[in-house]
Amino acid sequence: MKLLRDTWLVFGRYFWIFIHNPAWVVIGVVQPLLYLLLFAPLLKQIQSTPGFPRGGAYNVFVPGLLVQLGLFGAAGVGFSLIAELRMGVIERLRVTPVSRVALLLGRALRDVFSILVQSLILILLALPFGLSVNFIGVVVVLLLIALIGLLTASVAYAVALWTRSENSYAPIIFTATLPILLLSGVLLPLTFAPQWLRNIAAANPLSYAVEAARAVFLAHLSDPSVVKGVVIMAVLCLISVVIGARAFGRAVA
Amino acid sequence: MAVGVAQAAIETHGLRRVFKTRKQVVEAVAGVDLTVRPGEIFGFLGPNGAGKTTTLRMLATLLPPSGGTAKVAGCDLRTQPDRVRELIGYVSQAGGSDYEVVGRFELVFQGRLYGMSADAATRRAAELIEMLELEVCADRTVKTYSGGQKRRLDIGLGLVHNPQLLFLDEPTTGLDPQSRARVWDEVRRMHDRGTTVFLTTHYLDEADALCDRVAIIDYGKIVAEGTPEELKRAVAGDVVTLSVAGAPQAALDVLQAQPYVREASIEDGTVRLYVDRGEVAMPAILRQLDASGLQLLTIGLHRPSLDDVFLRKTGRSLREAAA
Repeated sequence: MKLLRDTWLVFGRYFWIFIHNPAWVVIGVVQPLLYLLLFAPLLKQIQSTPGFPRGGAYNVFVPGLLVQLGLFGAAGVGFSLIAELRMGVIERLRVTPVSRVALLLGRALRDVFSILVQSLILILLALPFGLSVNFIGVVVVLLLIALIGLLTASVAYAVALWTRSENSYAPIIFTATLPILLLSGVLLPLTFAPQWLRNIAAANPLSYAVEAARAVFLAHLSDPSVVKGVVIMAVLCLISVVIGARAFGRAVA
Repeated sequence: MAVGVAQAAIETHGLRRVFKTRKQVVEAVAGVDLTVRPGEIFGFLGPNGAGKTTTLRMLATLLPPSGGTAKVAGCDLRTQPDRVRELIGYVSQAGGSDYEVVGRFELVFQGRLYGMSADAATRRAAELIEMLELEVCADRTVKTYSGGQKRRLDIGLGLVHNPQLLFLDEPTTGLDPQSRARVWDEVRRMHDRGTTVFLTTHYLDEADALCDRVAIIDYGKIVAEGTPEELKRAVAGDVVTLSVAGAPQAALDVLQAQPYVREASIEDGTVRLYVDRGEVAMPAILRQLDASGLQLLTIGLHRPSLDDVFLRKTGRSLREAAA
C-alpha cells in the first residue's frame, strides 16, 4: 500500500513538472509526426523489394518506430535526474521515509506515460497513411512499448545515479542505445540482413520486441513471437527496476 | 517534548567512514564520539574536507557508516533507519528545492511524503510559508527566488513534518549578511520551540553566536568539544595584542620570557600574547616594556576567539585551513 501511495505521489510530482514544461509536450507530438512525414514515404519504394514482409509499408514501419520511441524516449531521462542530484533534490527525497522503489517507479512511470501518449499519437497519425490495426493489437503493442520504456528508463536512471555527471552519462547511454537499436531491425526488417548480422541480432533482446510488435501489426496476434517478446521484455523490466531502485537506495557519495 | 532529558538527541561511538578510490583508501571520518543533548543548538565546526558533511550524512541515514555505532533521535541508525527518517529533518548544502518547481508545490509534496493527507499537507505548507515569510514568492518557481528566499524554503522543506531534530549543512554559506541574520533568527526560533538543531559551519562567528555547544573536527577527528565559552577559556585565557615603536621582535623577545605569558607571536606587525588572566598581565606588561626602554604605541585585551581555539588544537588557523 505504501509503495502504491508513494509511487503515485512521486508520479504526480514529475507529471506536474512535465505538463508545466510545454516544450516537452510539443516535442513529444512533433517527433513522431516528423518520422511519419519525412521517413515513412521512403518505404513506399522498398516494400516491393524481395524480403520485405507483406502487409503494407506502414504496418512494417510503425511497429519499429514505436519500439524506437520506447527506447529513445526513455534513454535521455537520466539528464533531469543528474540536474536534480546537483540541486540536492534526490538527497532531500532520500532522507524522507518514502519507498526507494517508488522513487524510481514513480518517475519512470511518468516517462512511460509520455511515451505511451506519443505512441498513441503516432498510431493515430499513421492511420490515414494506410496503417491498419485492431483495438487489441494496439493494446498489446502499447503494453510492449510500456515495458521497453520502463526497462530503458530504469537502466538510464541507474546509470545517471552511478555516473552523476552528464559528461559520463551521455557517452555511455548513446554508445549503448545505437547498436541495440540497429541490431533490432527497427528501421528495416532483419529479413534483409546477412546471416552474421542476424546471428548478433538474435542475442539482442530488443529484436524480439520488434518482432513481436511487427507480428501484432501484421495481424498475427496468436504468433508465438508475440508472447515471447512480451515475456522477455517483462523479465528484463523486472530486473532493471530492481537495479534502479537499489541505485536510489544506495548511498551516493 | 516526548523525548526524556536523559536520552541524547544524538549519540555516537567510534563513528567511521572510509571512502575507497581506485588508488587509495581515505578515512573521511576517523572515529567520532559525540553526544548532542535534546533541545540544544549543536555546532559542528571545521575546515572544508574535515569530515563535517560526511558525519552529517551518516547521521541523516544517507550514508552507511563503515564502523562504530550511532543513535539518532533515540533510534539505532543501522537497524531503524526508517524510524530515524520520520523523526529528523535534513537540509543539505545544495538545498533540495528544484528550480523548475513552485515553492508551495514542493512544500505540499514534501508533507505528503511524510504521510500527511493532501489537506493536512496544504495547511502545513501555508503555515510554513507564513512562518518563513515566503508569501511573496511561494507561488512562483524557485529559479526566481533570491538566495535568502531559497534558503528559507529549503529549511521549510526540512521542517514540514515538525522533526524533533534538524540537520543543517552549512546553512548560511553563500548568503549575504542580511539573509544570514534571518537564518540565524529562524534557527533560534526552532530552538525556542524545543527542536534540537545540529548544524555544520566553517564560520567561527556563526558557531559562537548561535550554538549552545560546539565540536571542532579536523582530519575526521574531534579535536575539541564544549560550549564556545568553555573552549575559549580552556585554550588560552586571554589575548593581549600590542604594538611598539620600532621592530616588534624586540618586544616579543622581552615578553616571551615572562612567566605569565603562555605563548607569543607576531601577526601583521602586532605582538600577540596568550596569557592566563589579562587584567593581571596588562600592568606587568606595561612595566616590563618601560623597563626595557620600548615605547608602547597601542595595547588591547581580547577574549580569545574560536579561531584561537582551532589554532591551538590543530596548529593552524581555521581561516587558512578553510581557504
